[in-house]
Amino acid sequence: MNSLISWIHSSIIYGTVIMFGALGEIMTEKSGHLNLGVPGLMYLGGFAGFASAFVYERSTDNPNTLLLILIPLLCAFLAAMLGGLLYSFLTVTLRANQNVTGLALTSLGVGIGTFGSARLLSVTGSQSYSVASATSAVYTANINSVANLGAFGQIFLSYGFLTYAAVLLAVLLHLFLMHTRRGLNLRAVGENPGTADAAGINVTLYKYIATCFGGGICGIGGFYYIIEYSSGKWSSQNSLEAVGWLAVALVIFSTWKPKNAIWASYLFALLFWMATNLPTLTGIRIASSVTELLKMTPYIVTILVLIIASTRKKIENRGPASLGLSYFREER
Amino acid sequence: MLFYYAKTGEGMNNEIAVKLTGITKRFGTVTANSGVTMDVRRGEVLALLGENGSGKTTLMNMLSGIYFPDEGEIEINGKKASIRSPKDAFELGIGMIHQHFKLVDVFTAAENVVLGLPGGMLLNLREAKEKIRSICEKYGFETDPDKKVYSMSVSEKQTLEIIKVLYRGADILILDEPTAVLTPQETERLFSVIRNMRADGKSIIIITHKLHEVMEISDRVAILRRGEYITTLETKDADEKTLAEAMVGEKLALNIDRPQPKGVVKRLSVKDLSCVSADGVPTLSSVSFDAFGGEILGIAGISGCGQKELLESIAGLQKTEPGSSIIYSPDGGEDEELVGKSPREIRALGVALSFVPEDRLGMGLVGSMGMTDNMMLKSYGEGSPVFLHKKEPQDLAESVREDLGVVTPSLATPVRRLSGGNVQKVLVGREIAEAPSVLMTAYAVRGLDINTSYAIYDLLNEQKKKGVAVIYVGEDIDVLLELCDRILVLCGGRVSGIVDARSATKEEIGLYMTKVGGPNA
Repeated sequence: MNSLISWIHSSIIYGTVIMFGALGEIMTEKSGHLNLGVPGLMYLGGFAGFASAFVYERSTDNPNTLLLILIPLLCAFLAAMLGGLLYSFLTVTLRANQNVTGLALTSLGVGIGTFGSARLLSVTGSQSYSVASATSAVYTANINSVANLGAFGQIFLSYGFLTYAAVLLAVLLHLFLMHTRRGLNLRAVGENPGTADAAGINVTLYKYIATCFGGGICGIGGFYYIIEYSSGKWSSQNSLEAVGWLAVALVIFSTWKPKNAIWASYLFALLFWMATNLPTLTGIRIASSVTELLKMTPYIVTILVLIIASTRKKIENRGPASLGLSYFREER
Repeated sequence: MLFYYAKTGEGMNNEIAVKLTGITKRFGTVTANSGVTMDVRRGEVLALLGENGSGKTTLMNMLSGIYFPDEGEIEINGKKASIRSPKDAFELGIGMIHQHFKLVDVFTAAENVVLGLPGGMLLNLREAKEKIRSICEKYGFETDPDKKVYSMSVSEKQTLEIIKVLYRGADILILDEPTAVLTPQETERLFSVIRNMRADGKSIIIITHKLHEVMEISDRVAILRRGEYITTLETKDADEKTLAEAMVGEKLALNIDRPQPKGVVKRLSVKDLSCVSADGVPTLSSVSFDAFGGEILGIAGISGCGQKELLESIAGLQKTEPGSSIIYSPDGGEDEELVGKSPREIRALGVALSFVPEDRLGMGLVGSMGMTDNMMLKSYGEGSPVFLHKKEPQDLAESVREDLGVVTPSLATPVRRLSGGNVQKVLVGREIAEAPSVLMTAYAVRGLDINTSYAIYDLLNEQKKKGVAVIYVGEDIDVLLELCDRILVLCGGRVSGIVDARSATKEEIGLYMTKVGGPNA
């Protein structure tokens, strides 16, 4: 029983990281831009958030709780947003190839994170990681009476507020896309920018805002990974990049719908941790090489979903029609 | 009819809704419109008539904010206007229904209508649907606001476009060739809606080249030719003949060499050729004609009347309908049925096609490869199965370069970097090099300057003298009249007429182009 609860518990935390990344990428892709820089953006956000918290904690003996929350959150969002801005400048204004730009952004983000972590380690003198414990404590604080609520409390109430914020964000994003005027306009930009342009929508502005905002959300995902999943430790060897790719795959899995991203990201995380948890749960021992194979399950499921979605041919389940295409205004 | 509407001139004010003065628009060196001065009255249907490339759509795009004029002034309802974007146009009450619909496929009709409109943060589709229903009732449309665009027919999409424009409160509507995609019944329905709109005091501009429709629906006709405004006529004072004359203009003498055909033999016999597009619209209907070796058969027609489908059917690139037959009679050989053969088999029989699309590189050449490699595209099946033999294609490229005077730094220079004329010479040269017995070219002189065009005509004449059956699809009637021996005119996928190019007049061709059967119908 306990191992089942701990499997679910770790999956919800891990799934939340994926959810942030996927929501940011859904926002971006709805504008017709396929940003493969999600892992890089998560690194940027994670590093900026952690570094700002680390610096703030060391600068004062009595850190203010509100500032502990706001500074890293803003820094994470802004740093990744700048990454998104760079991406949109290259792909929207200069019309560079989106795939190449995204991959370059991933390399850039991972590189900056790695470079920065060397600096952080030299400050603390530690060999493997540095830690922002006060920030982590604020972010992972949960309802005090969890212990009394038993399994229910452990499964549903034992997380920091960002975990719930992710679900709220998904719902808000869904409402924005489906029930607001600007959401409709944004979807039109991703489906058919020529039509959107003719309807008087500022296509470039929408693409920029969606890409930058989407980037910022990915960045919060990276920060959440450091602060909640890694308990506030920035280690020189973290596997943020793998989560980033899971998030990109999840966008397809959730058929570009934020509300699907909620359950789908938890499912992805459950599948991802199946390899380590299932043997303990069932008592079957498996070789470590098989564990690594089992970790591929989310990707295999994504491929299966793609196959099923393409045979069903339901147009509503496809990605934005102009995804990945640069928009040129018709000119002779 | 839901509404009583006034016939031309009665009970109608003659207020000017749109006034264009000296409008000029250039694209690089090409002048699309030069000094156009015309006006549109309130409550009238104005037909804008002209051949391909006469600048009708460009002119209207300047009213709808897609382009901005280089020179000239636009006045809307008596006030000077500067229309810099489609949004500006909406605000002035101008709405254009483009030939290619501007709709989002996965959206419903109502969502498409409200797209881009200002308003509250939340979408209130119920209100929009109400308004759409009332517009439909007022003008006699039928539409379902909840239907997704991807499941709509062409006519439904067009209806939706018109509703979109009316929803935005437009009182000047521009329709770019609205009937091109409609069946006769749908056209009738559209016309009754247009009449209702006119009765409501709206100004409607219809871009068209179908003369009978001009006569049926319009109050006045404005005629453009080669980017210039010619005249505006009251429809009731005009007939199809005068309109066709005004549209095609005086014949220009080009002095293209035209040798008498010698040793004429039947090469190609097309019978009951029919094609249907992917959307189920017929593109060719029972086309029958013969093509002879030693002559140039011209094919004329408004663009998109089946020219491409016709050539592609012969080359084996189009799926044809059952009952179609294309018989090829080679020298001293047995007759061959081309329908059902693969493009490669047809090519091996000696039927060559060179098609110059609007973007020149779209069909036939690979822009990033040099002349040599492009020559190899047609001979890849020959020689060693593994390694490339560059010698022969290189010789071929060299001879094309010398014979046709292709200007290129080297044979390896990507053809994309060559000028348009040189690209076309490479394309035509490669086809000729195969010594075909049927040579089909489409738009071979598209965008070329005069001298290069004449070089291409000479090439075609040389082939004709060799006994090749040349099929020349062209846009310029003057050229067709001077280069070809016979001209087949297509109109809406049908053979409108086949005339002797030596005796036919330009007006005759113009009438055939705009009406099946031409002057005799």
